[in-house]
Amino acid sequence: MSLPARVATLVIAFLAVVAGGIFVALHYIGSQPPVEDYTSVASNGQVNVTLMTTPETTVTDKPDWVTYFIKNPQSGQFVHTTYFKVPAGTQVNITILGYDGCTPLRNPYWGRVTGTFTSTGQTNAANVSIFNGKKYGPVTSVSTLDSWANCSVQHTFAIPGLGLNVPVASPPTVAENNALCAAGPCVGPGADEGNAPHSVVKFSFRTPKAGGTFRWQCFVPCGGGYVDGNGGPMATLGYMMGQMEVQA
Amino acid sequence: MAAEASSGASTGGSAGRRDGLWLLVIWIVLSIIGCLLVALVWGPHMPPGADSNTAASQQTDITVLATIATPVVIGVLLYFGWALAFWRQKPGDETDAAPIHGNTRIQALWITVTSVIVLALAVYGTVELIAPAGAGAGQGPQPIFNRGIPPATSLTSWQPNTNNVLQIQVIGQQWAFTYRYPQFGGFETTDLVLPVGVPVRFNVTSLDVIHSFWAYQLAVKADANPGVNNIAYTTPAHTGTFTVRCAELCGIWHGAMFDYGRVMTVPGFMNWAHATEIQLAAVTKMLPPYALTYDPTVLANVGKVNQELGLTSAGGGYYNPADPEQP
Repeated sequence: MSLPARVATLVIAFLAVVAGGIFVALHYIGSQPPVEDYTSVASNGQVNVTLMTTPETTVTDKPDWVTYFIKNPQSGQFVHTTYFKVPAGTQVNITILGYDGCTPLRNPYWGRVTGTFTSTGQTNAANVSIFNGKKYGPVTSVSTLDSWANCSVQHTFAIPGLGLNVPVASPPTVAENNALCAAGPCVGPGADEGNAPHSVVKFSFRTPKAGGTFRWQCFVPCGGGYVDGNGGPMATLGYMMGQMEVQA
Repeated sequence: MAAEASSGASTGGSAGRRDGLWLLVIWIVLSIIGCLLVALVWGPHMPPGADSNTAASQQTDITVLATIATPVVIGVLLYFGWALAFWRQKPGDETDAAPIHGNTRIQALWITVTSVIVLALAVYGTVELIAPAGAGAGQGPQPIFNRGIPPATSLTSWQPNTNNVLQIQVIGQQWAFTYRYPQFGGFETTDLVLPVGVPVRFNVTSLDVIHSFWAYQLAVKADANPGVNNIAYTTPAHTGTFTVRCAELCGIWHGAMFDYGRVMTVPGFMNWAHATEIQLAAVTKMLPPYALTYDPTVLANVGKVNQELGLTSAGGGYYNPADPEQP
């Protein structure tokens, strides 16, 4: 092989390796779930954000993983992501449709509601209602849920950077926990879809005026199939953890 | 020049002696200046500061080590610079350097001096580990370095100026630290508050993977292992805030596992502790009885439905082997 041919081969091989490295970096390391942008739908200093927990994720290649979904503010469709964007200095009104069954918290301390605010001040409470497959129960203000004494918590929504922690209530009976939603997201009229037993948890908090990016997570060890429930969806972006971007 | 210098050194020539003398004088002068600067100017600003007795002790240790290292560093750099400046081979000089011969006196001196330094540092390090009650490091469940620490005479109450150490449990979990105060009703909180001037015993454990409790400005660092109680001591010296970080790679949000603690006056701490005990009473009732470790597979007073569903706080469960999708 001539010298120019050898040089050309070397250069091409080098470029191929560099291109491969860049592809891996962008595709695997740099990739993240889509961001649901709620900044354009905020009004009067408030914005409504709806999330959903499901026992399965049938829209992905990990159907057995529990996950959060976030409703797209324009289409109203639930999107498989845990990233959302809200305006700074705004009251965020969160609604969580909790379709998963109960799991005791590893540390029952996280059954305490903290960091919730409304326009009247700090509340440290969330409003909870349970749909048992037939009808919604009464809306109850909850400040703590004892996940050890009762089948009462399925996940948590916690933003440690804001001191926010809200346990997501779960359907309380064995029968309900054996008749959970079989799809993900849980939409549709079926008893194993949107009409499966679930909770509706509502609370509000304020975003800081300075903006920033805040991670949020679940504190229930809900990674089924992994040692002590710590892996899988508990350790993968887009399932039981995510980021809230606060746009200043 | 190199050949001349080496030749001079080996044959007793005047050039080698001049170089050696110059190097010695310059090294001594620079070392004195350097040691004074490191010990007196840089030392008080060495990490981790002096916000606790363990931090001050570590700062002193680092200052001592840096001061001892200064003449060595200066000697190496000086010799290196001298060789570059004066012992370079001149253009066109193709001659070999003079052969190197052993020098028993220099070798004996080198071995003696370095041995003395290393052994002295070993003794110094051991003393320093003992002196401030383990130097802020985790000592496992049965600490042997506890000089100056009051005994653990009561786990259910604590008052200032009594012969009873203040105990705080640090609980690591992916990805947050919480803190239990067993002597104030056993409440648990995300706020770490300490009284100034009071010896504190940290009981560090984890509920899941291995974490590491690192209160940087207090110079306390103890691994948080599941099922293990790791004890570390410190005495805060000033009021103010300090940073707590996890120092063990513990998962995807390890980098976000940090918070801030506060050191308050003793009366301020007592007020805070009593107020927090009352404020968190409802949550404290839900907590398991205070223990040095916790087993997530065992629940105290587990509810009927949890029992029927076969649930524990270890969570997770395992996949059905027949499931087509496996993790």
